[in-house]
Amino acid sequence: MIELISPTRCTGCNICVAICPMDVFQAASGQAKGAAPAIARQSDCQTCFLCEAHCPDDALYVAPDAETVTGIAEEAVAAAGLFGSYRRAIGWSDGHRDNRSADQTFRLLAPH
Amino acid sequence: MANAPGAPANPSASSLEFDAHLEADVLVLGGGPAGTWAAIAAATAGARTVLADKGFCGTSGATAASGTTLWYVDPDPAKRAAAKAAREGLGGHLADHGWMDRVLDRTHAAVGQLADWGYPFPRDADGRDRRVSVQGPEYMRLMRRRVKQAGVTILDHCPALELLVDDGGAVAGAAGVRRQKGGGWAVRAKAVVIATGGCAFLSKALGCNVLTGDGLLMAAEAGADLSGMEFSNAYAIAPAFGSVTKTLLYQWASFTRADGAVIPGAASKGGRSVIARVLATEPVYARLDRAEPELSAAMRQAQPNFFLPFDRVGIDPFTQRFPVTLRLEGTVRGTGGLRLVNERCATAVPGLFAAGDAATREPICGGFTGGGSHNAAWAMSSGHWAGQGAADHARALGNGARALRRAGGAGLGEGRGAAIDAGALTRAVQAEVFPYHINYFRTEEGLTGALTRLDRLWSDAAGAAPSSADDSLRVREAAAMLATARWMYRSALARTESRGMHRRLDHAALDPAQRHLLTVGGLDEVHVSARPAPLHPDPVGAKRELAA
Repeated sequence: MIELISPTRCTGCNICVAICPMDVFQAASGQAKGAAPAIARQSDCQTCFLCEAHCPDDALYVAPDAETVTGIAEEAVAAAGLFGSYRRAIGWSDGHRDNRSADQTFRLLAPH
Repeated sequence: MANAPGAPANPSASSLEFDAHLEADVLVLGGGPAGTWAAIAAATAGARTVLADKGFCGTSGATAASGTTLWYVDPDPAKRAAAKAAREGLGGHLADHGWMDRVLDRTHAAVGQLADWGYPFPRDADGRDRRVSVQGPEYMRLMRRRVKQAGVTILDHCPALELLVDDGGAVAGAAGVRRQKGGGWAVRAKAVVIATGGCAFLSKALGCNVLTGDGLLMAAEAGADLSGMEFSNAYAIAPAFGSVTKTLLYQWASFTRADGAVIPGAASKGGRSVIARVLATEPVYARLDRAEPELSAAMRQAQPNFFLPFDRVGIDPFTQRFPVTLRLEGTVRGTGGLRLVNERCATAVPGLFAAGDAATREPICGGFTGGGSHNAAWAMSSGHWAGQGAADHARALGNGARALRRAGGAGLGEGRGAAIDAGALTRAVQAEVFPYHINYFRTEEGLTGALTRLDRLWSDAAGAAPSSADDSLRVREAAAMLATARWMYRSALARTESRGMHRRLDHAALDPAQRHLLTVGGLDEVHVSARPAPLHPDPVGAKRELAA
């Protein structure tokens, strides 16, 4: 489930608000332009990790637990190197673009 | 806008304001693979096209969160014949080889188009493109871009709640709510493509909570029927704590009990029911310890999201055991859906087309799960044909004025009963479809008991007072899951044999006399009827297999 949005990493672009298929986030109100959105409907999160994939600032963390909130702290996520780890794996971060075409599924499938 | 010329006459219209009232030739509901291929095909054919997605086109649905293998086979006669034959027995001899040929051709062309559009297919050691799989986020980001470039208007976070129909009963648009902007929307269209995916009953299977059967309910309310809904009991392996229902890599797993004893016969392929039986009473653990060590890097590169749960909780899945569960994927990885009446992917209702997991995949899968590969090929192919078919239908229809009415029932009607409690109804439906002893291992007793309870829930839902606008999406989702469960179990009860993924404990064998397809439909009264299966491609072989 979505656990946290780092207020220091987030630039308030609200891409996560737009792209979350379950409409979990809520943009900050007008006065707080640039502020991080709220995780407004956490229990609706389907743990698909796509907000992380689409966050240009590596500011979000989705814990793999689909049913429960773990309460993990931002410092622990950062210390484990988990911010942005999914984006790097799929080649959506600078310095990791080669991973976009690294899919080795063809080696795992029985030959047709 | 509710008083615009031709606005629906149904009094319940007053409960929704149309803040966004658009006109289109083709309206596509759903922005996953099938919906995006449909929208591109329709727009390319010259139709003014609107695509409305419940979530966000590009992240919604089972594919974007996951990625899939593709039923992509070179146009070599021997390879194509082998690809078709591989599924013949598994699918219970219900697939149609004419459809398979068309889908193999169309998929080959579509995947070539993806490469032309810049999809970064990997290269093998010989420098050849390998096109047998796509990564979900990458694929669907590209598809969204192509939809926009085709000139399609995208409505994100705009779930449809009901179809609009004309006086003759033809489908003429849809109406829904705007989750982020507030209020309602309506699109008047000359043809509608249902590409809303299957139904996984909010099981938290990866990317599947968007998929609650909404399009099936809407289509049925307009008079469409379905097929193959008995093939709806797909369960996928996932870490017990997590959502990642990707099963490919479990072919290298061993499955054990808490004490470490290997569970005889347990396997991802051909032994998943063994896992279900043990899970009914005790935990099951997996470890990917049957993989060659040199494959582990390839696995990570093939399925980065498979490893997310493990990396985040500090488990090495190759050396450490972890608890697993089976999450219901329902008709998403099953094969049932709206019945198609022709090769343009039209349904039984004029103006209404269906594609992807919302449509039955029996033409290429028979009664056994399409998994990623077949369902992905089906989405590309049926999406393309449905989009073209809808554009042709729109062109033929012309521009005459039509009086529209709203077709939505449960939760939107004028009943006087208690309003539907979406959460309670959802939990009640889940209690009938999640348990292995009802849905995975089916019996007349189990199915009949579930249907008695589900029918009672439907009776209440059908007579319920209209829900509030704030609650209407959840209410309609719950009603759609309820309707889907009833079609599933009524079909499962009618098929008194085991065929494809449909297993009856009380009819464990395949019955040659039931090599037919089951049409199911209706809301207050659910009716099932058999219709002939396609001609068998190899009658002699078929007799031999059935006799064995």
